[in-house]
Amino acid sequence: MSGRSGFHTRLIALTRKETRQLLRDRSNLLVGLLLPFALILLFGYGLSFDVENAPVAVVLEDRSPGARDIVAGLDGSPYLAPVMVASMADAEALMRARKVDGIVRLPVDFSAARAAGDGRVQLIVNGADSTTATAIEGYVNGALQTASLHAADRAGVGARGGVTLVQRTWFNEAGNSRWYLVPGLLVLVMTLIGAFLTSLLIAREWERGTLESLFVTPVRPTEIVLSKLAPYAVIGAIDVVICLICARFMFDVPIRGSLLLIIFASLLYLIVSLLLGLFISGATRNQFAASQMALLASFMPAMMLSGFVFDLRNVPLAIQIIAQALPATHFMQLVKTLFLAGTIWPIVIKSCAILAAYAVLLAVLTRRTLAKRLD
Amino acid sequence: MSAPDPTVAIQGLIKRFDAPDGTPFDAVDAVSLTVRAGELTALVGPDGAGKTSLMRMMAGLLSPDAGTLSVLGIDVRADPQSVQDRISYMPQRFGLYEDLSVQENLDLYADLHGVPQAVRRERFGRMLEMTDMARFTARPAGKLSGGMKQKLGLACTLVRSPDLLLLDEPSVGVDPLSRRDLWKIIEQLIADERLSVIVSTAYMDEAERCAQVFVLNRGRLLAEGSPEALRRRAEGLTYVAEPVAGLPPRDVQARLIDDPGSIVDAVPKGGRIWFIRRPETDEAALRALLPDTRFAPRAPELEDAFMLLLHAHEDGDGTGGTGTPAHEAAGRDGGGDIQADDDAPVIVVRDLVRRFGDFTAVASTSFDVHRGEIFGLLGPNGAGKTTTFRMLCGLLPATSGHLEVAGRDLRTARAQARARIGYVSQKFALYANLSVRENLDFFAGAYGLSGARAQDRIGAVIDQFQLDPRAPSGILPTGYKQRLAMAAGLLHEPEILFLDEPTSGIDPLARRAFWRTITALARSGVTIVVTTHFMEEAEYCDRIAIQDAGRMLALGTPAEVRAQAGGDAADMNAAFIAIVEQGRVDDRQDRHAA
Repeated sequence: MSGRSGFHTRLIALTRKETRQLLRDRSNLLVGLLLPFALILLFGYGLSFDVENAPVAVVLEDRSPGARDIVAGLDGSPYLAPVMVASMADAEALMRARKVDGIVRLPVDFSAARAAGDGRVQLIVNGADSTTATAIEGYVNGALQTASLHAADRAGVGARGGVTLVQRTWFNEAGNSRWYLVPGLLVLVMTLIGAFLTSLLIAREWERGTLESLFVTPVRPTEIVLSKLAPYAVIGAIDVVICLICARFMFDVPIRGSLLLIIFASLLYLIVSLLLGLFISGATRNQFAASQMALLASFMPAMMLSGFVFDLRNVPLAIQIIAQALPATHFMQLVKTLFLAGTIWPIVIKSCAILAAYAVLLAVLTRRTLAKRLD
Repeated sequence: MSAPDPTVAIQGLIKRFDAPDGTPFDAVDAVSLTVRAGELTALVGPDGAGKTSLMRMMAGLLSPDAGTLSVLGIDVRADPQSVQDRISYMPQRFGLYEDLSVQENLDLYADLHGVPQAVRRERFGRMLEMTDMARFTARPAGKLSGGMKQKLGLACTLVRSPDLLLLDEPSVGVDPLSRRDLWKIIEQLIADERLSVIVSTAYMDEAERCAQVFVLNRGRLLAEGSPEALRRRAEGLTYVAEPVAGLPPRDVQARLIDDPGSIVDAVPKGGRIWFIRRPETDEAALRALLPDTRFAPRAPELEDAFMLLLHAHEDGDGTGGTGTPAHEAAGRDGGGDIQADDDAPVIVVRDLVRRFGDFTAVASTSFDVHRGEIFGLLGPNGAGKTTTFRMLCGLLPATSGHLEVAGRDLRTARAQARARIGYVSQKFALYANLSVRENLDFFAGAYGLSGARAQDRIGAVIDQFQLDPRAPSGILPTGYKQRLAMAAGLLHEPEILFLDEPTSGIDPLARRAFWRTITALARSGVTIVVTTHFMEEAEYCDRIAIQDAGRMLALGTPAEVRAQAGGDAADMNAAFIAIVEQGRVDDRQDRHAA
């Protein structure tokens, strides 16, 4: 009855036990199924680098039709909301009160200077919020360029020499930061759910003394690991589906690569994430320490270092090396590629191989923490 | 001689651990022993004797540092899994899955042991019948009482008939009724299946049932043999003393135990005092020690031999693990004897009721406690002791009834009443990472003591309990921790001291010292209310109350309670079981009549 022949019986018995415990523990189930929703709503709507209807004070010292054209151009932009003010002093007061994010000033001699080919517009932005400042700078520039092109058109004059930059953004044509963030959310959700849910499992059994009884039975450590993985993998798979549906239908993020590959890669990363939680749980043997560690070792780095928000090429070498060691970084790259760029096989194969290697390594380490020893 | 292979064969086994302060010590120190097949074998010894380490090594959960260990003919170190496939092991705290039902727990262990369905049905039926749990199969294990959990743990361990059964203190913290039920199951299985069983225990009446007994202390094997053989070691040294009328037995006991030069041990029992003399003490010396008390030799018990062995080992070692009691200082404080039968009671309880929803935890309970009295609250697990206790301490409001502590009505003046009581909880409730002194400083502040008075009191309790102020509290031995907890509870010189199972998990030597302190405190006028699972400790009390299912079944002096239980109940354990069982029969008849 012992050894290999009992493997199936024992695995089924243990999995049934884990499933029952999961279903009876409301709080764990809530974390598993509702937290992804909360995260998606929070990050999807709360975290955006796009600026819409930014209030900008416009000081029109030159009241010529040419200057009015420029203002009309600013008004037409969906990203800016010009506020006309009488003087520079008023504009500065609004800026100090944070009522506006920028000031556009057209000096008295604007039309005259433009006629001489040297039209200047002053732009002041609030550097305290650099993301918004950069965005406003870009929008004002764009609006001015459009306006001067229109003016040239009307004058029937072609571009006078010089170089015109024709800019195009690939993969995220609109430059919509949501396209860029939502696929990354899939990584965050998988990381949090995986590591957090399983980080309590083995530690709880150590604390309650259930492992000591379990060890002195024909049970093998591998069976314990597999039985703890199975029910939580099902919860995680439900979360993958939730994330994909939200990405596609709530945020209109395109899925340009293979949907099947996205699902496969997510499940692979899910296993890595669950095993990381289990390993931490087995290594600390303490529920409190394990949940803290899981947060520190998985969610935080996945948020900061995986390329979720910040481009990893701009960070110091040491941080880059740490980032490359994180499974989250590889999954992040893969997911963004599959969502926005399409199925690029070299990246798919490389990332999946790395994730699979992590899964194997963590499985071996976790199994070792369950060696039937109390010392 | 073609004896079968021994079940367990151990040669020179050593297990080394690091003490909390970093120095290594041998938890199991060069132990060699052989356990025969088909027998019930006991490992007895105080806390820290090495019983649990030894069992864990047999179960393959700890690897020995030296020596050889074979179980069922298998070298455990080389192949622990093969041993684990064939034995069953019940750890001290059996890990039931509390969110699974009784039936689900049983099914899980049956699956893990690969018990076939056909065998299972018969086995479960028998287990549930023996444990009297057939009604509760759907109940989550977490909602069972302590005794029931322990029985379920045993049932899970015994879902199949193992080649060797290891039980690590199966009855610790379990009330006498559940304890008796557990042993019924074990003995029936031994009779039916010729099981080989190794059980570790701190109860001598349990060791008495075994064929072979191994006595351990601080990692060393002190003695081995059948209970008869061990008992003979105390032959001629054991006596019983009959105190003159009106003198509390515990006073005579105190006089004897205060003379360790001539007396090994003394305990009150059935209104008399059982004691052991040192081999070098003659009867003339005894007569000098007990001038007005009649005493006579009695037949030795296993416990006598055990105490003799322990004392010899501790004395020979010179380190004296448990320390001496601090009763002298406590005794002086009060300035002479204060009789227990003072006029006004310090605790008055009338028709006390506590309900939790539909469930009545305490039903219409009334009693008084007088100044300087030791009042014992006894009852099986889930009887309502803890609830009563918490209401008395003002930690839990009563649903109805009158409750007066130290002259204050607990309904209206809870804070004033609390300032006059001390409370020592069952679990060590001090800060483990603070030193003894820092803990006492904190508690002095918490009780509102400051300045010179706080310093005086802290100094006084450190002297009284002979504590080392610099020692970190977390790594103290259990007996020491208990003393520190008592010291903290006595800082503000309370009139009443509440002790919730103060001796559970403490070895017999430390327990004697502990009770000596308690009786000295009572003499100095402090009123003591105590709960306990050790029925022999009821003998130290002036009066005891027995509760079951929230109802008060007996109230009176130990002698009165024994009398209520009927003629032949000589010891407190039997009296307790008889009273609780009679109470349950009456309860059932009442319900039928209604």
